[in-house]
Amino acid sequence: MSDEIESVEEFRARARTWIRGNLDHVGTIMVSLRDRNDEEELAGVARDREVQRMLFDAGLAGVCMPREYGGQGLTPLHQQALNEELEGYEYPMRLQAPTFTPCAAVLLDFGTEEQKQRHIPAILKGEEIWMQFLSEPSGGSDVAGALTTAVRDGDEWILNGSKVWTTGAWWSDWGLCLARTNWDVPKHRGLSVFILPINQEGVEVHRIEMLNGNKEFCQEFLSDVRVPDRDRIGEVDDGWTVGTRWMFHERMLYNSPFVTFPVGTKRGGDASVLEIARAAGRLDDPVARDLIGETLTLDHVDAALKRRVGKGIATRTMSDQSSAVSRLFFGNAATRKISISFELAGTAGAAWVDEDGEAADRGNDLLMRQIACIGGGTTEMARNVVSERVLGMPRERTMDRDVPFRDVPRAPS
Amino acid sequence: MQLELSPDQEMLRDTTARFLDELVPPDEVRRLRDDPTGFDDRYWERGAELGWTSLLVSEDHGGGSISGVGLADLALISHEFGRHAAPGPLTAANVVAATLSEVGGESHLDVLGELLAGTAIATWAAAEPAPHDGLGEVALEVRIEGDEVVLSGVKRPVESAERASHLLVTGRTGDGLTQVLVPTGTAGVSMRPMRSVDLTRRFAVVTFDEVRVPIAAVVGEAGRAGAQVDRQLLRAVALTCAEDVGALQLAFDMTVEWAFDRYSFGRPLASFQALKHRFADMKAWLEASHAITDEAIEAVSAGAPDAARLASAAKAFIGPYGAELMQECVQLHGGIGVTFEHDLHLYLRRHTVNQSLYGTPAQHRQRLTDLHEEEAA
Repeated sequence: MSDEIESVEEFRARARTWIRGNLDHVGTIMVSLRDRNDEEELAGVARDREVQRMLFDAGLAGVCMPREYGGQGLTPLHQQALNEELEGYEYPMRLQAPTFTPCAAVLLDFGTEEQKQRHIPAILKGEEIWMQFLSEPSGGSDVAGALTTAVRDGDEWILNGSKVWTTGAWWSDWGLCLARTNWDVPKHRGLSVFILPINQEGVEVHRIEMLNGNKEFCQEFLSDVRVPDRDRIGEVDDGWTVGTRWMFHERMLYNSPFVTFPVGTKRGGDASVLEIARAAGRLDDPVARDLIGETLTLDHVDAALKRRVGKGIATRTMSDQSSAVSRLFFGNAATRKISISFELAGTAGAAWVDEDGEAADRGNDLLMRQIACIGGGTTEMARNVVSERVLGMPRERTMDRDVPFRDVPRAPS
Repeated sequence: MQLELSPDQEMLRDTTARFLDELVPPDEVRRLRDDPTGFDDRYWERGAELGWTSLLVSEDHGGGSISGVGLADLALISHEFGRHAAPGPLTAANVVAATLSEVGGESHLDVLGELLAGTAIATWAAAEPAPHDGLGEVALEVRIEGDEVVLSGVKRPVESAERASHLLVTGRTGDGLTQVLVPTGTAGVSMRPMRSVDLTRRFAVVTFDEVRVPIAAVVGEAGRAGAQVDRQLLRAVALTCAEDVGALQLAFDMTVEWAFDRYSFGRPLASFQALKHRFADMKAWLEASHAITDEAIEAVSAGAPDAARLASAAKAFIGPYGAELMQECVQLHGGIGVTFEHDLHLYLRRHTVNQSLYGTPAQHRQRLTDLHEEEAA
């Protein structure tokens, strides 16, 4: 393989030509939790897979993934160029997270050669959509306290337990699963990571209805699921080494070089506040204009901070842990913006008709407001990381260190 | 502050930092409270030798940047000014110097030379009293009468006005704006000192009562200074934010250190989760302030289309969030944080004053909405 890589400008030109010739222009893309019906959702998934395959065939998939696994072996600057060229175009939204990061990123870090050869190209072709089987109903933030158990049986492991908060598991293919393999050692030292197909006997996917009617979050019940030992990632009982990187990749999200995120993409709840105020007939109200200005301020600052932290981590002027700084800021900014949107909507926040346009449905956004501070790791955990890992303050005392996991106090069941 | 500086920029910053450490340590800043002008001539002249007034001036006029982006270089000095709560009208003096260099032509080169040497100070008389205190609002009248211009109106607050040899006055001529470089000794110019919370910065109300100066005193084209005034405002906002970030950074660092050193109930303050979480929020606000300020500086220097939006976002953010950060620093210090003997208030004062200069946070929020609406239309 030649050491010469395609220049960013050549890559950009190639991407631009291809995108304009092959993808649909969709304007501003909303990454939204708003409810689509199942048919629409499945059609969206199918199109995402198709677009991913097209990107793969065009040599635009996995920009920063190694070439031996079907990626392009290029740099974050190339990925940034792709993000810029994709502005306003469709892209495989559902495959970015958790498939590319953290799942594919974890496979690249810890997978065997065989595992990488088997899965990375399939992921890049849109053939495998991955979920993270990480959180459990028994505890959200304390992921190392996983109760899902894997017991060895010859060349196989038998998994039992439950995982939760998998977005779209009902239409996904593979799970990256953290499970307890040893109850007689402290909690961080008795975990292992496995991969398993979701569509199999013993994996029951249950869809969870959220406050806004969305049913994309799922819970899985694993009952005697057999996983061959060759589908273990990393060493037995050393799953926390994998888990630490896993959560780092999860926090990286839009800063990750593996994730495609077209410039100008807005996330759920980010509808133009200007349009909400206009729809509510309040655009001339100075109070409304002040609130709009506050939202715009937070938008600019959030984006600038994301860029600063991304750059700081890429250039090693900031520690990897600094992604918790932008995560924390994002959560607080997003909740404030949603409160403002609700206020701008006036009484349409309480009761609305379709003709209320952008002012409609803001009540549901407000009900779901805290998701910005919960999903992908709570802001409380981010505060711990910032204070302890970034500022170096003393760690919290815990009751689960240096004792066998089976002796750790648990809620009475 | 930018994450990566060139070696030359590092040197510029270090030189100013060491100079300020030596000349205006906290005790000296406290002492200057009773000084009528807030700093002595030699201080400003030596600062000018370090480049404090030349970075936005063209090389032809005896100035020059370090990195090619003068505003980014100057922002490093602003940052150090914030970290030291240093005296001197850094922002106003540089805004004037830049404008004289850009549009002043031949007639103001003598004054510009003195500003560069630090032997004279010129300041910008921009803001006006209510009801004309809207962002960028100008009511002071500039009439053209033959080969003279006549100014009449009031400006406030004008930084270092009593110390300055010249005022760059932004006035209105019909529908357009005119800027005039007025020697402070001109008949009809009167000043009334104001009180302020900053220990070393001095502000005045300046009244122009039918002040007559030769038409050559006009800077740029009479009645057509609007675009230049916009540029001045953006620069002033960006530099003010850079200074604030310096002040916030120092107050934050000081408070983190305090949290490690101070023990209560047999534990350092830094070990209490209730406090750790507040430090995390403060760190996020601080990094966000750095981030938006750096982007504003870059956009303003480049004359980018989003320069005005980023500058307003920076000012609108750093005002309230910076104030919260500062007050959290006070709270985490406890009673000592509101005493004159502690250093913390020097930075709190600097941020407090900056918050209201060159547009309040509310005015910048309003402006962001206006700009956004224009763009969407």
